Amino acid sequence: MDRTLFEKIWQHHLVEKLDDGAALIYIDRVFLHERTGSIALKSLAADQRPVVSPEHVFCTMDHIVDTLVGRGDNTQVPSGKNFILATREACIDAKIKLFDVTDPQQGIVHVVSPELGIVQPGATLVCPDSHTCSQGALGALAWGIGSSEAEHALATKTLRVSKPKTMKVNFNGELGFGVSAKDMILYLIAAYGAAGGAGYVIEFCGEAVTGLDIEARLTLCNMAVEFSAFTGLVAPDDKAIEYLKGREYAPKGTLWTQAVTFWQSLFTDEHAQFDKVIDIDCAGIGPTITWGNSPQHACAVDASVPHIDKNATENQRKAMQRAYEYMGLSPGTQLKGLPIGAAFIGSCTNSRLSDLRLAAKVLTGRKVAPGVNAICVPGSTTVKRQAEAEGLDKIFIDAGFEWREAGCSMCFFAGGESFAYRQRVVTSTNRNFESRQGPETRSHLASPATVAACAIAGCIADVREYL
Amino acid sequence: MEKFTVHQGVAAPMLQINIDTDAIIPSREMKLVSKQGLGEGLFAGWRYTLPNGREPSPDFVLNQAQYEGTSILLAGDNFGCGSSREHAVWALKEYGIKAVIASGFGSIFYHNCIRNGILPVVLQNDQVLALAKQVQRDPQVCQLNVNLVDCYVSVLDTKNDKGKDANEGLSFSFSILPAQQAMLLEGLDGIALTLKSKSKIENFKHTYQAQYPWLA
Repeated sequence: MDRTLFEKIWQHHLVEKLDDGAALIYIDRVFLHERTGSIALKSLAADQRPVVSPEHVFCTMDHIVDTLVGRGDNTQVPSGKNFILATREACIDAKIKLFDVTDPQQGIVHVVSPELGIVQPGATLVCPDSHTCSQGALGALAWGIGSSEAEHALATKTLRVSKPKTMKVNFNGELGFGVSAKDMILYLIAAYGAAGGAGYVIEFCGEAVTGLDIEARLTLCNMAVEFSAFTGLVAPDDKAIEYLKGREYAPKGTLWTQAVTFWQSLFTDEHAQFDKVIDIDCAGIGPTITWGNSPQHACAVDASVPHIDKNATENQRKAMQRAYEYMGLSPGTQLKGLPIGAAFIGSCTNSRLSDLRLAAKVLTGRKVAPGVNAICVPGSTTVKRQAEAEGLDKIFIDAGFEWREAGCSMCFFAGGESFAYRQRVVTSTNRNFESRQGPETRSHLASPATVAACAIAGCIADVREYL
Repeated sequence: MEKFTVHQGVAAPMLQINIDTDAIIPSREMKLVSKQGLGEGLFAGWRYTLPNGREPSPDFVLNQAQYEGTSILLAGDNFGCGSSREHAVWALKEYGIKAVIASGFGSIFYHNCIRNGILPVVLQNDQVLALAKQVQRDPQVCQLNVNLVDCYVSVLDTKNDKGKDANEGLSFSFSILPAQQAMLLEGLDGIALTLKSKSKIENFKHTYQAQYPWLA
C-alpha cells in the first residue's frame, strides 16, 4: 500500500502499539537547551533515573545566554546564570555533549543541529522547544515537547505518542521577486489561521518547496508550530543529501553510502492519501508582514491593516479589536510607511548564513535610518564565523547594525534582553505575541530582507524597492 | 502524579482566541531552575498593573471578587499555543487550576497538561460560550462540574441544585483519547509505565541499530 513519508518514518520507529491507543515511538536524538533542559535533567536526577543513551543527547546554551560581545555566564537577569550553571553541571553528570557558552559550535539548537548534521533524514528528534519542527526540513520527524516528555525520552529512549493526522501543503508555481520562505509560511498561516494545522503533521510539497535551499526549508518548517501543527517536514532530496555531506555528525564512509541509499527511499508514494490537502498558488504571495498580535495577522507589505470580516464571530471580532489596540493601529492604515523604532535579525527562524547574505544585500552601501535600533544576532557561532569570513559583519556594522554573539536573544526576553516599552519592531523572528520581545513591544514579523529594508527606510518598507 | 476524576469549582471565562504560553507565563517570570514558584507569574502581563509589579489589575478576570478561587478556565480556540514551556502548566497548577475547557489547544500545551494532572477538555466553541454564559450569572454559585470518568461537563447551581444530580442542568459530553484519560484517571507516571516495556525497547533498539547503523 502506498504510504506518506510520515507514515514510513512512523512505522520505522514503532516499538509497539499500546493498549491505550497510543504508540510507543523510538527516539533517535534528543536535543536540550539551558532553559527547559536544565529542569528536565535535574528532575530525572532527583528521581534517580539515568539518561539511557547519553551519546544520542545534545545540549546547547541558547535561550538565556547573553548575546552581547564579551559575554560570560552572567545574563541581563540575575537569575539567568543559574540555568547556565545547572545545565553545565547536569550535562557533565549525565555525560551529554554540551555546546557551552564559549564553544565554537554554540548556537540556537535548530541552527546547530542541522549545521552539524545531528538531525538526519528519517530520524526522530525531539527537544523541549516548540520550534523543533524546523528540523523537519531535512526529512526528519522532529517535534517540540514539554520538559516532562523530555524526561520520558531521556529515560526510556521512547515517547508515548498519539498518531497525528496527515496534511499536505502544496506550494505551486514559482516564487515572485523578493519573496522568501518566511513570506510563504506567513501567507499560509494568514490564509488558514493560527490553528489551521492543529492535529496534523504537514508535508510541504510543490515546486516552490523543492526549489528552496535547505536553510530556507528550515525557515518554512520552523513556523509549522505557529500553524499549530504537530510538526512539518519536507521529503529529503539531493539537496538535503548534499547539505549533510561532510558535516561533523553525519555518517561517513560506508555508513554514508548505506544512509544515502535509505534516505532516497524517504518520499511519499504516488497514491498515498493525506487526511487533508491545501494548495497554495505562489503567484499570490508577495513580501509579507504581520500587523497584529498573532502570526495569523499577516498580509502583503503593500496592503493596509484589514477590517473585521463581516462574518466574524464575537471572539474573532474581539481578537481583532484587541490586536488593533495592542499594536496602536486602525483598520485601513497603510502598513508601508509606518515608522519603526527597532529592527531585529535573528532567531531559529531566520539567522542562518543565507538569511544574513540576503539582508546584507539590502544593506550594502546603505545606512540604518536615524533613531532605529538595529540588531543582528547570528544563529550560531559557526554562522557568525562564516559571515565574518565573507565580510558580512562589516556590511551590517557599516550600515549601523549591532553585530552580536549567537543565541535566541531578543526573539523573546528570556535572558533579560528586550526592546523598549511599546516600541514598534520589525523582526525576522516567529512570534508577534504580546510582550514577547519586551514590555508591550509591537512586533511585526517579516523576512530578514524585509527587516533590513525597513531598518534603512525607518518605517515598514517593500523589500523589492531595495533589491 | 495527582489523579483527576471529578472536579467541581468556580470557572472563569477567558474567551480570547490564541492565548499563548507567553501570556500564560511570560519569560521574565521563569526565574528558577524549578517546576515550582511559578504561580505568582501566571498571566503576569495581564494580572498586574506593571510588567514587573505585583499590584493586581482590577480589570483582569481572575482578580475580580466573583471569580475568587477559580479552578477551571473557559477559553477560546487554540489555548496554550506557542512556546513549549511546561512552566505554563506548572503555573496554572500552582495557582489552583484543575481543568481548562476550550475549543482547541496548542498541541504541546495539551500534552503538558496531561503530564501534570490538569484536564484539557475540548468542546465546541458554542458549547464553551454557553457554559460561560451560565457561569457569568454568578460564578461562585453557578459552578462547573467536570467529570472525566463519564466525560462530561455540566453547570451546577450550588444554591438551587442541592441534592440534584450534577448532570441534570446544562451538560456537554466530551471525548478524550483513552491513553490520555487513563493517564489522568490513574495519575500514572508515564516513565514508570513505559519502563515496563523495557525489554521490548531493548529488542527493538538491537534490530533498529542493525538496520540503521549510522544512527546507532
